[in-house]
Amino acid sequence: MQNAIELKNISKFFGDVIANKNVNLDVKKGEILSILGENGSGKTTLMNMIAGIYYPDEGEILIDGLPVTIRSPKDAFAHRIGMIHQHFKLVDVFSAADNIILGEEFQGFDIKEEKSKLCEKFAKENSEFENYKPEDHPGILSYLSAPKFHSEKEIKRAVSVLPLVKISKRLQFNWLSRNRAQTIQKIAYKYGFDIDLKKKIYDMSVSEKQTVEIIKVLYRNADILILDEPTAVLTPQEIKKLFDVLRRMREDGKSIIIITHKLNEVMEISDRVAVMRKGEHIATVNTAETCEQELTEMMVGKKIELNINRTVPQNSEDRLVVEHICATNHDGVKILDDVSFEARSGEILGIAGIAGSGQRELLEAIAGLQKLNGGDIWYYDPSKNNEKVDLRSKTPMQIRNLGVRLSFVPEDRLGMGLVGNMDLIDNMMLRSYKNIKKLDDEDTVTQNNSDIINVAKDEQIDNTECNVKAEQSEEVKNNSNAFVAFMKKSGKAVANVAVKAWSAVFLDRKSPKTLAETIVKDLEVVTPSTRTPVRRLSGGNVQKVLVGREIAAAPTVLMAAYPVRGLDINSSYTIYNLLNAQKEKGVAVIYVGEDLDVLIDLCDRIMVICGGKITGIVDGRAAQKEQIGLMMMGRLSQSEGNDSVKPINGDEQGEVEREDI
Amino acid sequence: MTKTKSVKEPILHLVKRSSLPGWKAWIIRALAILGGFIFICIICCAELKTSPFLIIKYMFQGAFMTKTNTNVFFRDVAILLMIALAVTPAFKMKFWNIGAEGQVLISAWACTACMFYLGGKVSNDTLIFIMLLMSLLAGIVWAVIPAIFKAIWNTNETLFTLMMNYIALQVTLYFIKVWVPTGTGSLSPLPYGNLPQIAGGDYLLSIIVSIIFTIAVFGYLKFSKHGYEISVVGESVNTARYIGISVKKVIIRTLVLSGAICGVVGFLLAGGINHMVSDTTVGGRGFTAVLVSWLAQFNPLAMVFTSGIVVFLSNGTTKVMENYGIPNAFLAEVLTGIMFLIIIGCEFFVRYRVIFNKNIFSKKQKATVSCDSNSLHEQVTVSVDEATRSDSSNEDLLDKTESVLTDDDSTLVKSDISDVKANEEVK
Repeated sequence: MQNAIELKNISKFFGDVIANKNVNLDVKKGEILSILGENGSGKTTLMNMIAGIYYPDEGEILIDGLPVTIRSPKDAFAHRIGMIHQHFKLVDVFSAADNIILGEEFQGFDIKEEKSKLCEKFAKENSEFENYKPEDHPGILSYLSAPKFHSEKEIKRAVSVLPLVKISKRLQFNWLSRNRAQTIQKIAYKYGFDIDLKKKIYDMSVSEKQTVEIIKVLYRNADILILDEPTAVLTPQEIKKLFDVLRRMREDGKSIIIITHKLNEVMEISDRVAVMRKGEHIATVNTAETCEQELTEMMVGKKIELNINRTVPQNSEDRLVVEHICATNHDGVKILDDVSFEARSGEILGIAGIAGSGQRELLEAIAGLQKLNGGDIWYYDPSKNNEKVDLRSKTPMQIRNLGVRLSFVPEDRLGMGLVGNMDLIDNMMLRSYKNIKKLDDEDTVTQNNSDIINVAKDEQIDNTECNVKAEQSEEVKNNSNAFVAFMKKSGKAVANVAVKAWSAVFLDRKSPKTLAETIVKDLEVVTPSTRTPVRRLSGGNVQKVLVGREIAAAPTVLMAAYPVRGLDINSSYTIYNLLNAQKEKGVAVIYVGEDLDVLIDLCDRIMVICGGKITGIVDGRAAQKEQIGLMMMGRLSQSEGNDSVKPINGDEQGEVEREDI
Repeated sequence: MTKTKSVKEPILHLVKRSSLPGWKAWIIRALAILGGFIFICIICCAELKTSPFLIIKYMFQGAFMTKTNTNVFFRDVAILLMIALAVTPAFKMKFWNIGAEGQVLISAWACTACMFYLGGKVSNDTLIFIMLLMSLLAGIVWAVIPAIFKAIWNTNETLFTLMMNYIALQVTLYFIKVWVPTGTGSLSPLPYGNLPQIAGGDYLLSIIVSIIFTIAVFGYLKFSKHGYEISVVGESVNTARYIGISVKKVIIRTLVLSGAICGVVGFLLAGGINHMVSDTTVGGRGFTAVLVSWLAQFNPLAMVFTSGIVVFLSNGTTKVMENYGIPNAFLAEVLTGIMFLIIIGCEFFVRYRVIFNKNIFSKKQKATVSCDSNSLHEQVTVSVDEATRSDSSNEDLLDKTESVLTDDDSTLVKSDISDVKANEEVK
């Protein structure tokens, strides 16, 4: 088979950082090549160079055996390369068809060129006319085919009309003809896409948007398709559909490159796998001749044990109860519809759902960031004998002042959880800076808290406590000089007031600094110093900082939205272990995830949400991926049962739909 | 389309710097200022046909020739600095308050109103106290109105504060008409409620006050909790919400502070310097202060220098114009404008590196682009996604930089581009 595209010694540097080093890679015609690697291994950079977004610093790209220069996405399209990005680049208010034809180039009409062509043509015809002898061409109708003479004037006229011709061509091009929609529809039929071309993008699900992106690339006659993590946002059923489409494209002779870090998908779809690690191309192997274990080792560079140690929840009790909450977004669309569930201590509750089904709003509602239209949120405070606390319609500050230890790792790390331009210390301060201001209240509150904890302990070890109390009273007696005691006390009080006044106004950077150093040390955060702006850290390290800070607040409820998104395998497992450790400590953990395999391995219970509604809560130990997938699409509610669903069911559904078009 | 066989490479890369040591950035800025001076001198020489050294000499004369000149220079710097300090907390919060002009003017008006109506009726000390109070109140009110609208209805603060300027101006003009029925249109200095003079002039008071405020604002922004909240709100409103900062409260509180400092400036201008109010009391310094604040990257200590440069330029060029008998100050303003453009434009080079492709010059086919190893940087690709900009031609570099830069949120972008263009024109 011929190579569709070949990369020779491609290197790319970003300053000191080597994004790609001497990468050699080839893609054959009519094959699916997976590029496997951890985040930051240079997969996307490499593909961006093929797609014309970056320009390689070294090396060359060959297409069909010829060296080419790809300086822009436009060049890439000229070489029939199309890339489907991880984050879709579509105009929301346009329809699918509009988006597909958007950016289509008007094939240049160069007036100068046309003019010379025209002149040549006329000159040729004129010379023919001169050489033409009527007697050579007998027959009555021969004059019809006889060359005509073009006068100077005629030529001039034809040339002067050219700009108008250009305009008319442009108009013709800009006129959105039916024809174009038909072309798109033909492509869709050919590869089995299920799409409504008139549907607006903002009405579309993620998978539909992806379809539009793929058709857009095909519409421009791309022969080499690059898909950047196409499955990350899809349900198992949608992934299956996508793979079917890809296989059909392969049969059509197209070359497909898929970037991914999911091993099972690699094994399923690809003909060959190229493994990247730290910007270098490790090996390309035939999928049939390898196994997942081998690929993992190549990808990570060492043998690793990937196990999530799930323990059985101990002494589980309701910590957070959500009852019938409803919420609408700015446009008045319901985003949470009668959601009820409870999170228990010492347990991980997973939330599964297609991206944007209301997971974010749900967590934000609990954290006090989302306005509710109805329903209740109750928190059972373990430090106050499970006293019921109303969290509904409270601001985050009010919630904290109630003594509710609620930690939240939001989806948007640098936009919400942390401030990208601030250093680690200042980011640590986000949670703690205000506490000192309320030193008075906090003191009493924490004292109360510790008292309560002590009392709770007292019940178990009553006798020892009594002894301690006796010792304390003796100490007090020793300081019998009342005057000295009074002076000390008043001096202390004045100092206290001064300290409090100072700390009410000014920041304390000492304790956040200690905290930052602890987190850097304990979680092995790779950073030049604690004074580095967090936006300069890698994704995994940013997440460690955020999760570390949230855990340092000693939560009783820990909510984490997509905490491993964009992290490499090792960092991901660090996060899972942290969550598990919190669970074992008795924290009620709520985990919103996208990888169903992980959800099933990690969570004790999995709640599935679809379009703001809860479609069911299943036991994590007994859950099936396909069942959850269907629930995510709202095609199955929990009551329809576990046994009725088999993988083949989803398959049939897909088939039926395709025929429907 | 046929496949190209020749290897074409872009002539220059624009590379975003992710970090630049502070001293390097300041060297770039200092070079820009130097370059700006040279450029101004060249223009002056071409226009006035004299030696550039003479022009530099006149500029220094304009600022420092006599004792009065020097005093006026420092007083102007102090006033400009104070206004810049007033807008800075709001800017740090990304609240683009360009209404300092109006806030200062209205407080100067309030101060004068007190002098006009209460002058002679109460003791001087009481009058001064009332004047200060009313100036503060007027400044705060003028700043807080847009803040409340922004906080509650999310109106555009830039337009709102700009409009408030005109209202302040008209209010002042109206009352001058009322106060001066003769129709001369200008109020003569009032004899009451004048601030005490320190060391025999009205200069020292403003200077001392401005020094105090510089340190206070610096401390407020850097070490106080309020300052921290301001920077969190400025960096990300979502983060602020997430940790429970009341964004509305912070916006309003910060603008109260902004307005109060403007009030102090108005008080100093009306009570200490002019002893009256007119439509040119502030004289555009409310807008110049925006520039001063930006140039200093919102650092109050750096503002001392930037406001110094700005005042030096305007005083100096005015003197040059005077000496050559050019009646209006247009050329002076043009020169000042060019200088600012160059200073702001140099921020482009602070943020981006321009790497020329050496291979183009050595005409080698094999690509070996060396990279600077000093700084980590991200590549800002010269090419941007096809779909979003299919209409721009490949050769047009400026176009490209523009489209790359629009991704950046900076408001400096436009001046960056125009500066690049201006530089090209110069060449």
